[in-house]
Amino acid sequence: MNWSSFSEFAAMGGYGLYVWGSFGVTAVVMLGEMMSLRARRKALRTLEDDPPDRVDYREGAA
Amino acid sequence: MDSKGFSWYHFAAPQRFYRLAGIAVPWIGALAALLIAGGLVIGLLIAPTDHQQGDAYRIIFVHVPAAWMSMVIFVAMAFWAAIGLAFNTRLAHMIANALVPTGALMTFIALWTGALWGKPTWGTWWVWDARLTSELILLFLYVGVLSLHAAIEDPRRADRAAGVLALVGVVNVPIIYFSVKWWNTLHQGASISLAKAPSMATPMLLGMLVMALGFWAFCIAVSLARVRIVMLERERHTAWARQAIGAAT
Amino acid sequence: MTPVVLPMPSRTRRPPGALQGMRCAFMRDLRGVLRRRTDAVAALVFFVIVVSLFPLGVGAEPALLRTMAPGVVWVAALLASMLSLARLFADDHQDGTLEQLLLSTTPLPLLVLAKMAAHWLTSGLLLALGSPLLALQFDLPTSSIGVLATSLLLGTPLLSLIGGIGAALTVGVRGAGVLLSLLVLPLVVPVLIFGAGSVGASEAGLGTVAHFSLLGAMLVLALVLAPLAAAAALRIALE
Repeated sequence: MNWSSFSEFAAMGGYGLYVWGSFGVTAVVMLGEMMSLRARRKALRTLEDDPPDRVDYREGAA
Repeated sequence: MDSKGFSWYHFAAPQRFYRLAGIAVPWIGALAALLIAGGLVIGLLIAPTDHQQGDAYRIIFVHVPAAWMSMVIFVAMAFWAAIGLAFNTRLAHMIANALVPTGALMTFIALWTGALWGKPTWGTWWVWDARLTSELILLFLYVGVLSLHAAIEDPRRADRAAGVLALVGVVNVPIIYFSVKWWNTLHQGASISLAKAPSMATPMLLGMLVMALGFWAFCIAVSLARVRIVMLERERHTAWARQAIGAAT
Repeated sequence: MTPVVLPMPSRTRRPPGALQGMRCAFMRDLRGVLRRRTDAVAALVFFVIVVSLFPLGVGAEPALLRTMAPGVVWVAALLASMLSLARLFADDHQDGTLEQLLLSTTPLPLLVLAKMAAHWLTSGLLLALGSPLLALQFDLPTSSIGVLATSLLLGTPLLSLIGGIGAALTVGVRGAGVLLSLLVLPLVVPVLIFGAGSVGASEAGLGTVAHFSLLGAMLVLALVLAPLAAAAALRIALE
């Protein structure tokens, strides 16, 4: 173990802001990505029906 | 269903791939969590402090994996775009489409952590070194692919146009990197470049490798999850998709 | 604009060859721009204005301006090219000529190349020829002016070629103008680096061979690949 106390660990030899700023933002981005996927998944239910690829050209069809 | 043996197109049917991906995502995700946790332990707790850079060097444990992933994903995206254009399968385009946001976010992480690494070592928040500048242009390329895809309404045309752009981009990336590298050495001399990773002691190298693998697994898991959602969005007029949407939380 | 009508094959005349098709597309584009000169002139005026803005922004200190000049002129040339690229395929798309081009017996990449050539003649070439005047505004030494103009002569075709891919990708798309710039500008960064860098290199006594060779190599590569990519993009846009 490289550290003798938690406060030493948090301080990162004086570079705490930079190190934790990096790891923190990385964690936020990764978690954010997962959460946005979950939200997108939930939104699937409320999406209106999308028409199929082929357009129906027949008379009287939609 | 033919039983003539292995077919390359077996999993090209969205429905089958959806199920396969559904099984894979939790496992790969768990693997990612494990590897990243292990990498953090090695990188933050076990690896020793560097003589020159102090503890600021620990940023490489996220910066380098993110940068690697940003480039790997771009190539993968171009690969799947090529497959989609060549074989005209929908799934390949969906995979390429699903990779782009993850790649862009990895590029952003690389840039952000690069800036935070540069500040304590060089005193400025941005260093115009070759790697960071290339990453910036890579981000622009990612944003370009996303914007082009979003601007075109017909999803088929959007996929194929974005695919062509991805291919043009992937051919261009080595040229861009080389030219930026030359520009950098010419203008500022080789002395100013993003702090080099310290000559690697074994725990440092191990930590970086483990984190890189963890990031890779994470990107695969997230991209597969996104492909599944893209599939459901596009195929929601089919019965299987409607069932899957209804069954999902 | 009159749609393209290639002559019908008859017993006394052979069907038009590829070169004839190319020349047809080339002349048509050229004539079109000559008839509506405002577009080309507007891009040129934009070029001049942008270059003139920089001293207003950073101050008129001569040494600073001299160092900045190649980069500023080059960036302005990039931006002016982006403006004129939109018309490469947009007009043809609107009047239906683009579909005719796709149906032509002449291979589409060749037609696209002809259009890109016409585009360069009416935009990039003019920028390159006009650059010495702007370089004088920045008090660039005469030898450097020559290098700058040559670099633009080598580089602006690349802008037409690579920009043409972007124009083909964004044909008929909403917001195509800005999107085009967004797509193309990152791709032409190497051209900017070696184009603007050539002037600095010549001033430092390093010679311009390396830069021009690289620009030339990129130009050759783009001459082959860009029309293919643009043709593929056009087919995707119009199928």
